[in-house]
Amino acid sequence: MIDLLIRFFAPHLVPLIIVLVVVLVLPLLAGYVVLLERKVMADIQARLGPMRVGPHGLLQPIADAVKLLLKEDIIPENADRFLFWIAPLISVTAAMVAFAGLTFAPGKYEFFGHLNTVAVADLNIGILFIVAVSSMGIFGIVLGGWASNSHYSLLGALRSSAQMVSYETAAGMALISGLLLAGSLSTRAIVEKQAAEGVWYVFFAPLAFFIYMVASIAETNRAPFDLPEAESELVAGYMTEFSGFRWALYFLAEYCNMIVVAGIATTVFLGGWLRPFEGTREADFLDLAPTVIFLGFAGYCLWRVPRQFEKIHKIVLSIFAGLCFVIAAALALPVTVQPAWKPVLHGVFWFLAKVVAYLYAFMWFRFTFPRYRFDQLMRLGWQWMIPVSIVHVMMLGLALVLQRPPQQGGLGWAWWQGMLVSTGGTLLVAAWLGALGERRTQRIAESGV
Amino acid sequence: MSDWGTIGSGAGVETTVLGADEILINMGPQHPSTHGVLRVKLKLDGEKIVSSECIIGYLHRGVEKIAEYRTYQQFAPYVDRMDYVAAVSNGLGYCEAVEKLLGAEAPPRAKVVRTILTELQRIASHLLWLGTHALDIGALTPLFYCFREREEILKIFEKYCGARLTTHAFRIGGLQYETYDGFEQDVTRFCKDFGGKVDEYEQLLTGNRIWLERTKGIGVLTAEQAIAIGATGPVLRGSGVKWDIRKAMPYAAYAQFEFDIPVGKRGDTFDRYMVRMEEMRQSRRICMQAVEQIPAGPILGKVGKVLKPAPGEVYHSIEAPKGELGYYVVSDGTVQPYRVRIRPPSFINLQAFDQMARGHLVADVVAIIGTLDIVLGEVDR
Repeated sequence: MIDLLIRFFAPHLVPLIIVLVVVLVLPLLAGYVVLLERKVMADIQARLGPMRVGPHGLLQPIADAVKLLLKEDIIPENADRFLFWIAPLISVTAAMVAFAGLTFAPGKYEFFGHLNTVAVADLNIGILFIVAVSSMGIFGIVLGGWASNSHYSLLGALRSSAQMVSYETAAGMALISGLLLAGSLSTRAIVEKQAAEGVWYVFFAPLAFFIYMVASIAETNRAPFDLPEAESELVAGYMTEFSGFRWALYFLAEYCNMIVVAGIATTVFLGGWLRPFEGTREADFLDLAPTVIFLGFAGYCLWRVPRQFEKIHKIVLSIFAGLCFVIAAALALPVTVQPAWKPVLHGVFWFLAKVVAYLYAFMWFRFTFPRYRFDQLMRLGWQWMIPVSIVHVMMLGLALVLQRPPQQGGLGWAWWQGMLVSTGGTLLVAAWLGALGERRTQRIAESGV
Repeated sequence: MSDWGTIGSGAGVETTVLGADEILINMGPQHPSTHGVLRVKLKLDGEKIVSSECIIGYLHRGVEKIAEYRTYQQFAPYVDRMDYVAAVSNGLGYCEAVEKLLGAEAPPRAKVVRTILTELQRIASHLLWLGTHALDIGALTPLFYCFREREEILKIFEKYCGARLTTHAFRIGGLQYETYDGFEQDVTRFCKDFGGKVDEYEQLLTGNRIWLERTKGIGVLTAEQAIAIGATGPVLRGSGVKWDIRKAMPYAAYAQFEFDIPVGKRGDTFDRYMVRMEEMRQSRRICMQAVEQIPAGPILGKVGKVLKPAPGEVYHSIEAPKGELGYYVVSDGTVQPYRVRIRPPSFINLQAFDQMARGHLVADVVAIIGTLDIVLGEVDR
C-alpha cells in the first residue's frame, strides 16, 4: 500500500513541495514585501516607517494579516453576493497559479527515481502559460468592481481592465523580443540560452526590457499607473467596497502579481538564476556575496539588539539574527563543503535577489512620480509603447538575421553589433513617431480645435 | 439639479441618470481629496465634466455672528479658526482692522515681528498646499518634505506663543508676547536652510513630464475671468494680473522690504504652482531682510484695556496666503462690534471651480481643487 502511494506520488513530490512552499510562504513573503515597501517609502520620504510592532516593524506584516483576518466581512446590501464572494478568489488564484511556470534554479535532479527541475512544472510553453494565467486575474477585478454595485468601484474596474488589456500587448511584444533571442518559451531554456551565450538579454535588448518594465508597472496597477485605485479620485477603485479578508486577498493578488512580473523579467531579461559574470573565473569571488550579504543582515540585527528598549523586541531581533545566520551558513555550504548544491542554493538566491531588485525599482518609481491621467496613460500605451515594441521586435529579427554566419545568409555579426542596430533603429522610429505627434499637437493647437 | 434620486443606494454614492449618457456623481464631503468637507456634484459625460456644482456649508460655525456677541479682544482667537492653516495671517488682518477702527497703531517693533511671523505663516500655508496638491496628483513624497519644513516653522510659532496651529499670536495694538531669546537666530537658520529646500521640491516636480502633463493647460482661468469672479492671491496672479495688497496698499511693515510679485502667463494649474513656489522664495527674502532690522522698542501701542471704538465702520484687507482677506468691522460705540463681515479668499476663489473644471476629466477635478488652495474652515466660516 505504502509502496503504491510512494510510486504514485514520487513523480509529483517535488512539484507538490514547491506548490506548498508557494501557497504557504507567498502570503508571508507578500507581507514582507509590503513591509519592505513601507520601509523604502519611509526612507525616500525622510521618516522611519513602521517601528512599533516588533523591532523595526519586523512583525508588522503578521499583525496586519491577523487584523485583516479578524475584521468584520461586510457585503454591501445591493451587491451581487456570489460574484462578490468569488471575485477576490479569482484574482489571487490566477496570481498564484502563475508561479507554476517559473523555474528558480538550473538543472534536473533525481528524486525517488524521477528527474525533476526546480519548478512546479517544466513547461515548454512556460512564459506563454504565465502570461495567459496571470491575465485571468483581470476577471477578478472586473467582476469585483461590478459586483460591488458602486460607481467608484465600477469606474475603477473599467479603468483597470482597459489599462491591463492595452498594456498587455506592449508587455507581450517586449517579451517576444526576449523569446526571439532565446528561441524558446520554456523558462528553463531561456535562462540556459543566456548562460550559453554569456549575455543577459537586458544588454542585448535594453529597449525591450525598458518597455516590459513600464508595461509591467501598468499591468500590475502600480504608481505612476495606479489609476484603478487612485485614492485621490476613486477612493480605492474596484476595492472600495471590500473589507477584511476579501480585501486582503486582492492585496495579496496585487503583490503576487508584482512578484510574478518581476520573475518573468528576471527570467527573460536578467538571466534568471545566473550569477553576475557567471562563467568568468575572475568574478568567482561573487560566489561569496550571498553569504556575506546575509552575514551582514545578521550582524546588523545583532548590533541593534542592545538598542531595543523592550525585552520582546530584543528576543525577536535575536531570532531574526539567528535566522539570517542560518541562511548565511546554508549559502556558505556550496563554496566550502558541498559544491554540488551550488546550482540550487545560489540559483534560488540570485533569482530572488534579482526579483527584489526589480521590485525595489517599482517602489522607487512609485514614490517619485506623480500619477498619469487616464487618457494620458492610454495615449502612452497605444501611441508609444505598442508601436515601438512592435518595431523593436522587427528590428531584433533583422539583427538576428545579420548575426547568422555567412553560409546561412547572414553577416556573422557579434551580439553587440546586433544590439546597436536593433536599438538604434527602434530609437530612430520612436523619434520619428515623436516628431509626428509633436506636429499633430501643433496642428491641433493652431487650428484651435 | 434638485432631484438626486435615491440617496444612499450603493454605499454613499448618489446617482441618477439624466438623459442619454450623462451620469451624476457626488464627490465628498467625505472624499479623500476634497480638502475637508467640500462636496462637489459632477455631471459627467463618460469621464468628462459637463458641469459641476460646489456645495458648501458643512463646516459653518457662524463666526461672523459670534463676533456680535463678543468683545473685540474676545473675538480675536475666533478668526484663527477660519483659515486654520494660516492662523497668524487671519489674526493680523483682524487686529489691523480693529486698530484702524480705533485710530491706534502698532509700534514699529510689533510691525516688523508681525511681518516676519505672517511671512513664515505664508510659507507654512504654501507648504501644506504643495504637499497636498502633489499628493492629489499622485506624488506621495513631496508631502513629507513639505511637512518637515513646516514643522520648523510651527516650532518657531510654538516657542513664540505656545501654540502651533491656532496661534492667536497678535493682540490688538501690537504683539501678544515679546519675542523669545534666540527668535532671530531661529528665523535666520530656517531661512538659510529653506532656500535649498524649495529647489528640492522643484527638482521633484517642475521638470517631471507627468507633472507637466497633469498641470499644464488644466483649469485655465483667464485674467478677465479671474477679475470678474473677484479671485485674488495666487489664483489671480497665476492668470497674469500683478495684484498684491502687500505692494498695492502696504500694511504692517511691508513697505520697508524689497520683494517681487511673481505672475503667471496662461492661468493654468502649472502657472499657479510656479507662482506659489516663487512666493515661498520671496517670503523667505522678506523674512531675511526683516529679521536683520527688528527695531527695539515697545511691543504694544496705546490702546486701553477696554476697547470702545467710536461709532463708525472700516474695511481693512491683507494679502493672506490664499488671497485678499478682508475684514469689514462696524462699531456702534459699545465694547462689542455691531457687525463683522469677513471676505475670505478661499470662498471667492472657489467660485472659479466650475469654469475651470468644465471639459476636463474627473482626474483633473482633484488637481483643480488642489490648485485653488481652499480651506473649508474659511469658505464656510
